[in-house]
Amino acid sequence: MNATHSSSSSGGSGIGSGPLGQGNSPTCYFVIIGTKDNPIYEAEFVSVNTARSSSGGATIPEAKKEEFRHLNQFIAHSALDMVEDLQWSTNQMYLKAIDKFNERFISAYLTAGNIKLLLLHDAKSDDAIRNFFNDCYELYIKTLLNPFYEPNSIISSSAFDTKVRASAKRYL
Amino acid sequence: MTKQYKTLGDDIWKNKVEKINAELFTLTYGSIVAQLVKDYEDFTEVNKQLEKMGYNIGTRLIEDFLARSGVGRCQDFRETAEMVSKVGFKMFLNITPAVTNISADGREFSLVLDENPLAECVELPDQALVDELWYSNILCGVLRGSLEMVQMQVDAFFVTDTLRGDDMTEIRVKLIRYLEEEVPAGED
Repeated sequence: MNATHSSSSSGGSGIGSGPLGQGNSPTCYFVIIGTKDNPIYEAEFVSVNTARSSSGGATIPEAKKEEFRHLNQFIAHSALDMVEDLQWSTNQMYLKAIDKFNERFISAYLTAGNIKLLLLHDAKSDDAIRNFFNDCYELYIKTLLNPFYEPNSIISSSAFDTKVRASAKRYL
Repeated sequence: MTKQYKTLGDDIWKNKVEKINAELFTLTYGSIVAQLVKDYEDFTEVNKQLEKMGYNIGTRLIEDFLARSGVGRCQDFRETAEMVSKVGFKMFLNITPAVTNISADGREFSLVLDENPLAECVELPDQALVDELWYSNILCGVLRGSLEMVQMQVDAFFVTDTLRGDDMTEIRVKLIRYLEEEVPAGED
C-alpha cells in the first residue's frame, strides 16, 4: 500500500533511511523478541499517517533497499541492551522511545514474560504507538493460549500476521 | 416439550452444578490434545484416543446426569436428542447445541454447536488440517459412552468443525441399535 508522499516508492514497502540518511519513506519495522533474544515475529509496515512533508524526493532504487533491510535487525538488536537497563527503573510495560539511530526512533514494550516488542519508526505520537503495542500484546496473549503454540517459538500463523498489519494500519 | 427441557437444563445449571474457571478448562483440554499430538504424531490415532477417553468419561458421566436431572426414560430417539442438547450439554458445558437434520426414520440427528468452550483461541497446525484432526473428538466419545449405558448403541462423529475452516461445528449421531439387557454368562 502506498503512502501519499511523493517521495516514497511505488513498489513494495519502502525501506527507511539507511546510514546515508536519505529518503523519507515512512516505514516501521516491528519485531517481537523472545526470552533468548530470538526474533519470533517480524513485520514491516509502510505507514500512511505520518505528518511528514515530502521534499521532492529521491526514490531509492530497489537494490539499495535490500541492503538496508537487515540493518533493521541490527538496530533492534543493539536496542535490546537499552531495554534491559531501563526495565529495572520503571514498572510500566511501555518503555516509550529508548534509543535513536540516525533519524529513527526505537520504542519498546516489555511484557511480563520478558518478551520484547520493538518498533523502529520515524517521529510519531507516543499514544499511537502505545495503542499499537497494546493491541499487539493482546494478539500475542491469544497466540499463547493456543495449545499448539510452543512459547518462544516463531509465530507463523497468518491470522496473527493479518491482525498485526490491520492494527498497524489503524494506529501507525 | 422442548421448552420444558430447556427450563430444566437452565435450572440445573444455575443451582445444582459446581462451576470451574473456563480458561482453566480450555487450557487443560488444550494441553491434553497437544500432548497426544506430540506423543502419537499420527492424527488418526489422536482422534481414536480422544474418542476412547471420551467413552470412559461418558460411561461415568451418565450417572451424574441422571442423578442431577432425575429425568425418566425418553419415549423415542428424538426425545433423546432434545434431552442431550438441552439438558446434557447445558449442564456440563453451558452450551445448547441445536438439533438439526433429523432423519426420516428418526434414527439420526445432528448437533450444531455455535460455540465450543473446548476450542477457545485454538489454531490448528497446518499438518492437522491436512490429516483430519477433530479437535473436540472427546465429545463424540462422551456421547457414545453415555448413551451406551442407557441401552443405546450409537455412532457419533464430527462432520464439520470451525477450527478446520468450515462454517459451523456439527456432530452427527446415528443410532445403531437398542441394546437388550443381557443375562451375564453362567447364570442360566
